Amino acid sequence: MKYLILIYSNPMSRALWAGFSPTEQAAGFQYYAALTEELAASGELVVAEALADVATTKRVHLRDGQTLTTDGPFAEAKEHLMGIYLVQCASLERAVAIAGRIPEAEYGLVEVRPIMALGGSDM
Amino acid sequence: MTPVPRLDDLLREAAPKAIGALVRRFGDFAACEDAVQEALLAAATQWPVDGVPDNATAWVVRVASRRRIEIYRADEARRRREALVVARDVRPDPDAEEADDTLTVLLLCCHPALTVPSQVALTLRAVGGLTTAEIARAFLVPEATIAQRVSRAKQRIKDAGATFDLPSLEARSASVEAALGVLYLIFTEGHNASAGSVVHRRDLTVEAIRLARQLRARLPGDGEVAGLLALMVLTDARRAARLGLDCAMVPLAVQDRRTWDREALTEGVALIQWALAHAPVGPYQVQAAIAAVHAEATHAEATDWPQILGLYDILLRLSPGPMVSLNRAVAVAMVHGPRAALDQLDAALHDGTLAVHHRLDAVRAHLLEQDGDRNGAQQCFERAARRALSMPERQYLETQSERLKSIGGS
Repeated sequence: MKYLILIYSNPMSRALWAGFSPTEQAAGFQYYAALTEELAASGELVVAEALADVATTKRVHLRDGQTLTTDGPFAEAKEHLMGIYLVQCASLERAVAIAGRIPEAEYGLVEVRPIMALGGSDM
Repeated sequence: MTPVPRLDDLLREAAPKAIGALVRRFGDFAACEDAVQEALLAAATQWPVDGVPDNATAWVVRVASRRRIEIYRADEARRRREALVVARDVRPDPDAEEADDTLTVLLLCCHPALTVPSQVALTLRAVGGLTTAEIARAFLVPEATIAQRVSRAKQRIKDAGATFDLPSLEARSASVEAALGVLYLIFTEGHNASAGSVVHRRDLTVEAIRLARQLRARLPGDGEVAGLLALMVLTDARRAARLGLDCAMVPLAVQDRRTWDREALTEGVALIQWALAHAPVGPYQVQAAIAAVHAEATHAEATDWPQILGLYDILLRLSPGPMVSLNRAVAVAMVHGPRAALDQLDAALHDGTLAVHHRLDAVRAHLLEQDGDRNGAQQCFERAARRALSMPERQYLETQSERLKSIGGS
């Protein structure tokens, strides 16, 4: 089964990160790199990506066949999607265990969503 | 007219044999497997142009050996040594050429030190002769993920000190059981693919059946090997009937049985009859027996449900699990009525013998509807649709929910 692990930020976690010294931030990036490396080595990693700042978001609208965009930031969203891990692992429990090792989990900012299969077993 | 073997089939047959030949000559399973994989890739590009060699396996062995020596020399060069030590690792054993490498390679790939995804990836490559890219497409993951699984698996085999020998008879039963699990997983992955979605996933069922046939040829007396092959053949025979035009799941009860593959059903039934008569019973045999009972019913109403319920009772003892309990509940309903089935489900949930499963609501919905509780059934279908983990399943469950809503007439 594949699971998408979504990592969010909120005002509190963003303030916390902003308060980190460069060394502390480097250690943070290092931690993520090591986790990604470990998941790649175990064969469970499908893809891991960090997203650019929410301010770079373009919201897309189709109007009369024309594609229009509005620029962010969209202040109404306090929680911002920051990054994702797509993993393929043996069980939901395992996906949750991986998610639990993401630092943001301490602040309740990590979610696990099962990926829908295209097929399905017999009923 | 004798059928001309397809290129793919030749390559896939050659893979484990070539690995066996190389390992005996050079040692080091990991490096030999890499060399054979490269030889297979070379064959896949050269044969369509230059023609298929008379002895396909010999060609693969020759090219892979050359590649293997290159790998060896590169390694040696890295260690700043001369290349003349190639001979040191050569272990010629002409008698062993006849040894059954396919089985040895399969059991090695399913070594207990490996994780299941690694066993699957390595088996498909080393025994199935599939390329890393093909396996990645079939499992809908990037090639790097599969490559990583394969190399990690080989490292683990090395670390575990496994040798390229057939395990002793006592040790073999555990390895064979692991191999059966791997083959069934490959089959299920392919079988669960939706009709039109990805052709490569269909290849997985074909591959799993082919490998199970090979295993059966090597272990003709093993009841569970026969049972698994029967189960796959019987399940695959219903493939055409199980998805509707809208790609929603079609339950067994309403499948168009005329589209079932009669020839495959006959083969599967014969296999399972042989196994049950000649070998100690096991979970694959019981599942195959259940599939055979369904196969023998020309229409849904003719199904011998008391026999199926009896088989589920055995299966629940042999290998308990939520799916077995849920399927058994359906059989209970057919024999003793929906109320009895609902009561048993509730009791099993209550005493903890049935863990909550994403299919629970779907089964309960069917039982409630049979029991005449349309409202409760509709709510259960709706909840089940929200919890479904596959598209066809969700589509099917949503349709049921809508159907009951419209019957209910607001």
